[in-house]
Amino acid sequence: MDWLNAILQGTLLGGLYALFAAGLSLIFGVMRLVNIAHGDLIVLSAYVALSFGVSLGLNPLVALLLVVPSMALIGYALQRLILNRTMGEDLLPPLLVTFGLSVILQNVLLMGYSADPQNLQAGTIETASVNLGPVAVGVMPVLVFITAVVVIAALQWMFYRTALGRAFRATSDRQDVAQLMGLNRAHVFGLAMALSLAVTALAGVFLGIRTAFDPAAGGARLIFGFEAVIIGGLGNLWGTLAGGVILGVAQTLGAKIDPGYQILAGHIVFLIILALRPRGLFPRIDG
Amino acid sequence: MTLIVTRRTRLSTAWLILLVPIVLLLIAAPWWAGRADLRLMGEIALYMSLAVLWNLLAGYAGLVSVGQQAYVGFGGYLFFALTMLAGLHPYAALPLVVLAGFVISAPVAVLIFRLRGAYFAIGTWVVAEVFRLSFAQVSALGGGSGTSLSPNIVRSLADGRDAREAVAWWLALGAVSLVIGAVVWLLRSRQGVALTAIRDNELAARSLGIDIWRTKFTVYVLVSGLTALIGALIFLQKLRISPDAAFSANDWTAFVIFIVVIGGIGTLEGPILGTLVFFALRETLADLGTVYLIALGIVAIVIMLFAPRGLWGFLRDRWGVELFPLSRRVSGLAKKEA
Repeated sequence: MDWLNAILQGTLLGGLYALFAAGLSLIFGVMRLVNIAHGDLIVLSAYVALSFGVSLGLNPLVALLLVVPSMALIGYALQRLILNRTMGEDLLPPLLVTFGLSVILQNVLLMGYSADPQNLQAGTIETASVNLGPVAVGVMPVLVFITAVVVIAALQWMFYRTALGRAFRATSDRQDVAQLMGLNRAHVFGLAMALSLAVTALAGVFLGIRTAFDPAAGGARLIFGFEAVIIGGLGNLWGTLAGGVILGVAQTLGAKIDPGYQILAGHIVFLIILALRPRGLFPRIDG
Repeated sequence: MTLIVTRRTRLSTAWLILLVPIVLLLIAAPWWAGRADLRLMGEIALYMSLAVLWNLLAGYAGLVSVGQQAYVGFGGYLFFALTMLAGLHPYAALPLVVLAGFVISAPVAVLIFRLRGAYFAIGTWVVAEVFRLSFAQVSALGGGSGTSLSPNIVRSLADGRDAREAVAWWLALGAVSLVIGAVVWLLRSRQGVALTAIRDNELAARSLGIDIWRTKFTVYVLVSGLTALIGALIFLQKLRISPDAAFSANDWTAFVIFIVVIGGIGTLEGPILGTLVFFALRETLADLGTVYLIALGIVAIVIMLFAPRGLWGFLRDRWGVELFPLSRRVSGLAKKEA
């Protein structure tokens, strides 16, 4: 029963990892950009929610109403002002610029909030649980998992059913032709980054409610999100959910064997999948 | 009319001649530099090695790794294990560290070369994390809290503290000379021509029949083995190792990337100049702590956006200067046209 419980908890944890991954997958799909600062932006969202909580006395779940649009704005500005200048054939500039951003963000957070671990207090919902037959699950993890499913379904719908999604797909296929058809590439990229950071805001707040975080916590979140993307297969949004679940289950099972193996088990499962299925389990596009 | 193709220029010849007294002066450093200066110079030499190696990887082979701390930490830990657990003399352990670096990086390369471009970068980071978490599990090496190099191993290097500091410096100087020498040799070889072609245009290089995978593989393995050697020397200087220090992404990758970007990526001189600039900044601004890192990040971003070829690239574009005889130049052509 312990094992069943571990698998269930891991599956729910996978919802959080899918939220880490969805933003990463989205911008890679639209503009082939890999944002090394993604994890730090997740942590930044948690700190933004913390500040809203302290200054306005908001529950972090209510603060989401402010954090999501704030992060979306930051994303749009970041893309238009900095990242658009790096987009081109050469991979090096976007990679190194987002790497620089990552270091800047970490140190700005360190200056503003110190290295002390923080967490977001969401009240009684944090400890509430429901009994599912022989095992009990927390209400929060279930809420996070449902949010992940809803976000991915919404992104999927947006991609294939709306004008914005058409603009994203067109730009993804051929940037120059999309430009000729009257799409403003810089604006489309800005919107994609805004959407990516809106999802990141959700991920950051849920992360902050679940565990303590500090300014250096971003790197590991980037890696978890990235592993979920690769396991699921590049460009497949539902794949990121599957990838997140596989990663989450691997980690909780690893922790069950020995607490020291939790993170290691996730990495090893990722490397095994990379060795056996280099394009992930459900690939859509080529890297 | 005769056309002469040569790699040498008047400047590069002058530089190589000038290099002889510089190296002699550096070898003699224990007699003219203080203990603190000697330590700083050792650190500069080791950082310069890391920067030159990372530049070969990212600037020439297009393998942008953010996980070279994997090999720094691996080298450091293996050096501690070989000397303390296996009882080897430090001088015997160092070549073994390089060899082990080659051996371990080959299967890693096979695996992570499946990831392309930016995803390759994050893949290297995962590998570094796997290394860190694995070494944290080894209780013989202190587990998560690390261990210190036992005093008798330090003593086996030389008698007396001054002599040991001198040996540590010579090892660092030897390492940076070895690394720069190896890179010059590689870039002047057949492989180097292939690498330069890949740097300039991968597709064109492939169509000329260059085996891109094999060239990149060779570079990755070579760089990783030498990075492990530098890691061993870094922790021989520090005398203490822990998983967080050994596999620090900030210390062994972020700084190194900033050095190369500021100095000029894709040139041999860039990382050398970058290291000197980095340490000049650090020695004057280090008191600022986090502000210093933020400033460094901003400088790197600004350079990447507005002068992606860095300081040396700027000098080279402006005056065509090159210190090491690497690129071929044709002379005798201009006269006829004029």
